[in-house]
Amino acid sequence: MNEAQRLVDLIPRLRRYARALVGDRASADDLVQDTLERAWAKLHLYRRGTDLRAWLFTVMHNVHVNRVRATRPTDMLEDEMPELAQRAAQGDGLLVRDLERAIARLPAEQRAVLLLVTLEEMSYEEVARALAIPIGTVMSRLSRAREKLRLMMLGQSAAAKLKVVK
Amino acid sequence: MSEVQITESELQAYADGRLDLQRSAAVEAWLAARPDQAERVEEYRRITEELRAAYDPVLQEPVPERLMQPLSTQPRWARYAAVAAWMALGIAIGGVAGWHLHEARPTAAPIADLGAVMARRAAVAHATYSPEVRHPVEVGADQEAHLVAWLSKRLGAPLRAPKLEAVGYNLVGGRLLPGDNGPVAHFMYQCNQGTRVTLYVRTEVAGNRETAFRYAKEGNVRVFYWVDRKLGYALSSADITKDDLFKVANAVYQQLNP
Repeated sequence: MNEAQRLVDLIPRLRRYARALVGDRASADDLVQDTLERAWAKLHLYRRGTDLRAWLFTVMHNVHVNRVRATRPTDMLEDEMPELAQRAAQGDGLLVRDLERAIARLPAEQRAVLLLVTLEEMSYEEVARALAIPIGTVMSRLSRAREKLRLMMLGQSAAAKLKVVK
Repeated sequence: MSEVQITESELQAYADGRLDLQRSAAVEAWLAARPDQAERVEEYRRITEELRAAYDPVLQEPVPERLMQPLSTQPRWARYAAVAAWMALGIAIGGVAGWHLHEARPTAAPIADLGAVMARRAAVAHATYSPEVRHPVEVGADQEAHLVAWLSKRLGAPLRAPKLEAVGYNLVGGRLLPGDNGPVAHFMYQCNQGTRVTLYVRTEVAGNRETAFRYAKEGNVRVFYWVDRKLGYALSSADITKDDLFKVANAVYQQLNP
């Protein structure tokens, strides 16, 4: 009965996903807030007894896509976007920041699939439903996201080694 | 040795630990002969671990207050209904009783469906009209036939004022209230001790054919509500126990479904 409490319980998971999806904390929480507002306003469309988490992530996906569309019409270029900012390379945060940067450079649709599978541990079917894409597309995006990330991480460690040598 | 076919999707599922034992063993055998592929899959697993290590700490962060805010207000669709109810009842008349309800309403339990909205509105109507001494109803029980015909016409559905003498209540009369889905009929009953119950009847949105009795408590007003065919009903009282109110609700239901 009490969907409000269940929504509240899911907020930390929405925040984790949003943080990985959009990067910085403030924008991520903005996304979560917009998602909750929308979910709350549309709660009568949620079918009782179905998976509230899946529904909520679908809402978040739609909110995110609309925001990206509104603010960044050049999202398609992201795939080829060169690294603009250099990190302040220091200490233990290095690996995490490399990872964050690598994720940010993934095409948005691949990033969403990878994060739902790895962080949310959604089944491939659940991801397909949440993002409204065929399961074959889920698998190919997952595969491409991982391979890109792997190569980027390899490239970064190679670059780091070069720097040390130099 | 016959070569087993391993698809890229299976490699992904293997990296995610989602294959059954048999396929998992097949993938392992396949990878054993291909160190470069094994290395690739191993790196996929490491990426997953790193992702979790990087982002799982977010789960432990305290949730900022602003994120809870949307949930502490009524959703807009429920708010429209509530606003309509307030307009219907008149802030001046409903002010005191309504404010009392507002105060008593637990903020952590917002309305989650239209039935609950109906229950709340019925409770507000009850709290507003049942204390009335001089004008509890618009049309009294002495003109019952006229009352029922009038309300039926306005709601566009054949209504009946159930006879509740068997459970100790007599019809006082009724009135018309505006609702979000059209006019609402409001019948008032009273027992010999002066205790009042009110029956709120609204036309239902399509698709919601029938529900079981549901119970809500709004402030000090208890409400049983249900949907039967095209009409939604909510029976309210502030002065009798839940069990007694349930008996009356049952009597209403029996009367309307002989």
